[in-house]
Amino acid sequence: MPSLKDLRNRIKSVQATQKITSAMKMVAASRLRRAQEQAEAARPYAERMERVVASLSRRMTGLSGAPPLLVGTGRDEAHLLVVTTSDRGLAGAFNASILREARRRIRELERGGKQVLILTIGRKGRDSLRRDYRRLIWESLTEVGRRRLSFEDAREIARPILDLFESGRFDRCTILYNRFRSALTQIVTAQQLVPLTAPEGAAAEEEGAAGAVHEFEPSEEEILSELLPQNLAVQIYRALLESAASEQGARMTAMDSATRNAGEMIDRLTLNYNRTRQAAITKELIEIISGAEAL
Amino acid sequence: MAERVDFELATPERLFLTESVEMVVVPGTEGDFGVLSGHAPLISTIRPGAIAIYEGGRIARRIFVNGGIAEVSPERCTVLAEAAEPTDGLDRAAIERELQTLEGNLPLLREEIARASEAERERLLSELHSLERQAAIGRAKLQTLAEIERG
Repeated sequence: MPSLKDLRNRIKSVQATQKITSAMKMVAASRLRRAQEQAEAARPYAERMERVVASLSRRMTGLSGAPPLLVGTGRDEAHLLVVTTSDRGLAGAFNASILREARRRIRELERGGKQVLILTIGRKGRDSLRRDYRRLIWESLTEVGRRRLSFEDAREIARPILDLFESGRFDRCTILYNRFRSALTQIVTAQQLVPLTAPEGAAAEEEGAAGAVHEFEPSEEEILSELLPQNLAVQIYRALLESAASEQGARMTAMDSATRNAGEMIDRLTLNYNRTRQAAITKELIEIISGAEAL
Repeated sequence: MAERVDFELATPERLFLTESVEMVVVPGTEGDFGVLSGHAPLISTIRPGAIAIYEGGRIARRIFVNGGIAEVSPERCTVLAEAAEPTDGLDRAAIERELQTLEGNLPLLREEIARASEAERERLLSELHSLERQAAIGRAKLQTLAEIERG
């Protein structure tokens, strides 16, 4: 039976924890709003870019001389896996679910005799994957977009990836990130960046229905050679934005349930405390009464 | 003059501008082109320069873009630029200073590349490339300012 003092201390400590988790929840909520706005603002560019790339790639696929970024190197030996995690923890299953999927993929690729390269974004991914796959890690980036994620951040990630592709070190590149559905659900998503999977969506259909045949200035090849690297950066930017929103959403949810759990714990401890106090009082009374009776 | 074009200017971070305009002149890589309603479908890359929006036959405003791509359809003109800013935000002195530093650095970097080892060269070359691009953007900004002054 814990003493009254122990219980009081216990309650105080849980209350302090609850204050922290509830503050973290508030912070996550306001960051989430900002991240969502940013993701919203970035959408028009990405959608239009997709439309242009789709319309160009439909004309180019099958043609010889199509750029490798679009159609691939023709080999399927080396894979680059970009794993997007957060720098900080306490975000529920946010990092764990991405890392689980990353490990599964790495194992699968290695079993298939492929060569694997890993690029980790975020401290959590680096720390976790470094334990088992140190030899495969090509690069680790942390503190990406710490203040505010900008397109420049995405471009700085895209540039070395493009250089690496140029030097023929990988044939396929996939980015793993948490797609934001709601604050409650984030979906682990794998998107192939190289070669570009033909975006088949509403945008492509709309274009097809309109039957617009564009003129190109300069040639398709030249436009594509400018557009594809830019598109890579755009896709990475989008993944980073989704991941940032997901991180805040996951943290908000995790901190919300932590706050609730702390509340329940405090209730239980308070009940226990009151019972113990009552028991002590009763005991004292019994002692006094039986003392009086004995006289 | 009822027919108008829907002009959209988007940057990766936000939709910069969307409005219905009479005519817009876009600095294409192979020369400026004007877009009126009913323009033939076109996809063109653009060079750093000013986009001019025309109302009533004269320039209503100019926006500087540092390159990107334009997609034109009969009803619509969409410009995807890496960055955009209104030309009245351009500061000549600041641009000239920046350009001077850039142009001072370029020869140094070229020298370094000539001496660099094979492994280093690639990184330096891409750095050179990005500096050259920045310099080109700076020059285009100055040119835009000069054009505005001429009227």
